[in-house]
Amino acid sequence: MSGESRGTRAWRWLREHAVNMVAGLVVLYLLIPIAVILLFSFNDPQGRYNYTWVGFTLDHWAHAFSRPELTEALLTSLKLALLATLISTAIGTIMALALVRHNFRGRRLANFLIVIPMATPEVVMGAALLSFFLIYNAPPLGFETLLIAHVMFCISFVVVVVRSRLIGFDRSLEEAAKDLGASPFQTFRLVTLPLIMPGIFGGAMLAFALSIDDFVISNFNSGTTVTFPLYIFGAAQRGIPVEVNVIAMILFGTTVAAMGFATWQQARAEKMASVRPDQEAAPVSLGTAAAT
Amino acid sequence: MTLRRRIVPYLLLGPGTIWLLLFFVVPLFYMAELSLRSGTFGNYEFTWHWANYSEALDLYDTQLVRSFLYAGVATLIALLIAYPLAYTIAFKAGRWRNALLFAVVAPFFTTYLIRTIAWETILSDDSPVTKVLHAIGLAPSGHVLATGGAVIAGLTYNFLPFMILPIYASLERIDVRLIEAARDLYSSAAQAFWRVTLPLSAPGVIAGTLLTFIPAAGDYVNAQFLGGAGNQMIGNVIQALYLSQSNYPSAAALSFVLMALIMVAVVIYIRFAGSEALMGEESR
Repeated sequence: MSGESRGTRAWRWLREHAVNMVAGLVVLYLLIPIAVILLFSFNDPQGRYNYTWVGFTLDHWAHAFSRPELTEALLTSLKLALLATLISTAIGTIMALALVRHNFRGRRLANFLIVIPMATPEVVMGAALLSFFLIYNAPPLGFETLLIAHVMFCISFVVVVVRSRLIGFDRSLEEAAKDLGASPFQTFRLVTLPLIMPGIFGGAMLAFALSIDDFVISNFNSGTTVTFPLYIFGAAQRGIPVEVNVIAMILFGTTVAAMGFATWQQARAEKMASVRPDQEAAPVSLGTAAAT
Repeated sequence: MTLRRRIVPYLLLGPGTIWLLLFFVVPLFYMAELSLRSGTFGNYEFTWHWANYSEALDLYDTQLVRSFLYAGVATLIALLIAYPLAYTIAFKAGRWRNALLFAVVAPFFTTYLIRTIAWETILSDDSPVTKVLHAIGLAPSGHVLATGGAVIAGLTYNFLPFMILPIYASLERIDVRLIEAARDLYSSAAQAFWRVTLPLSAPGVIAGTLLTFIPAAGDYVNAQFLGGAGNQMIGNVIQALYLSQSNYPSAAALSFVLMALIMVAVVIYIRFAGSEALMGEESR
């Protein structure tokens, strides 16, 4: 070690840490735009364009909802995302149950039908759906067509998330419930559902995030209805108000909180699943149960 | 009971299958029909007008080639920078693992359009980033916006998490003892990486490249905000033809061309990459 020259040692250090340093730079690259959005939510631009830093102000945070069109677009987006999430999560969850729990003819075809929308560029999906609505001539472009489109592209993602949770499912817990006299419905409601709940919640969160963020497919099928992303697109030409950054950051914070909640719920479900008798785990779970 | 048991899966699949058939598969047929119409706006008639395809290809071949070029370069850069990060998260992060994973998905929590517009700010003419790029000779004109480079940077950024997450998932599944075994059998760190780690992470790399390339090839948001008139992609053309020029037949034809080309590219890639991954399995 002492025989090594300083140069060799530096070279060795560099070789050992090069991967981590690249990784650090990539993390920076991922986070810089978010920092810019946050920083510019405190900007006090003189004209309509919020591209250069002028000065610090809290005005836009205090009056985040002062622009009626923007607030209305946000409310439309929230309503749309909530409805799309509810419908696609219900439909997607039972689809995942069918695919994991049952053997039936046409299973591969069903899997194919679920995968193919995820492998299609959004612009093609949006264009195809618009062609359909144009020729079929109903319903008129607006909230309904947006809802149809959003549910369509959310289903596949919900199925994939819930299915991954179902595959790792310990079925002996259901058998135990049945042995103890529970009806199939009771078993599903009291054992299966709580255990796959984190998967359902994860799928629902993904659906909500996809829906509230969707621009391309909405751009094709919105008619005159304006969602939050569509408002931003429309405002881009005449200058985006700072309030957009504020609302983006509020959405960001809310999503982070929801993700924290999901992680917590997952940990709880795992604890629930580990109640089975086990010489090593038993005292630990007793201890944690006593603590809470 | 057995009959009921046999019907149950179809009942469970029913609503989703109907939704996907009605609003994904059927619309593709409607778009096919639309792509074979001719006439002027207001009275397009179905006439098996295949010329829509050849005309669209003639008019917009530059944008088409450009889309695949930009998407290809962005995918390659994303792969090169995603792999080290995924590797660090999987093998070296320790208690920082969750924090790093959070950083990877954090961009998804902000709106796609605002993220792209943030890059417009970052790459604008008087931003520090542009000045640095100019100083080190990467932006000789002093402009970064409205160049192909800006569009590629935006595409790379927006789809990077789709590359990182699958690679991380496949690296995380690797049994570390296999790598240790390679080291015990006197392979160098580099050899162990090229002959054990990399082949074992091939499924993640394949999934990641597809998840990045497909949306990037059809994207028009990055070209719209970060590119200039000379950097428009095929998505921009399809969007303009549908939504501002109402030239539905040409737009529909172009959508099919885009979808077909992406499918061909994906099939060729899976053939090629699939056999590569297989070779990795054998040499293990």
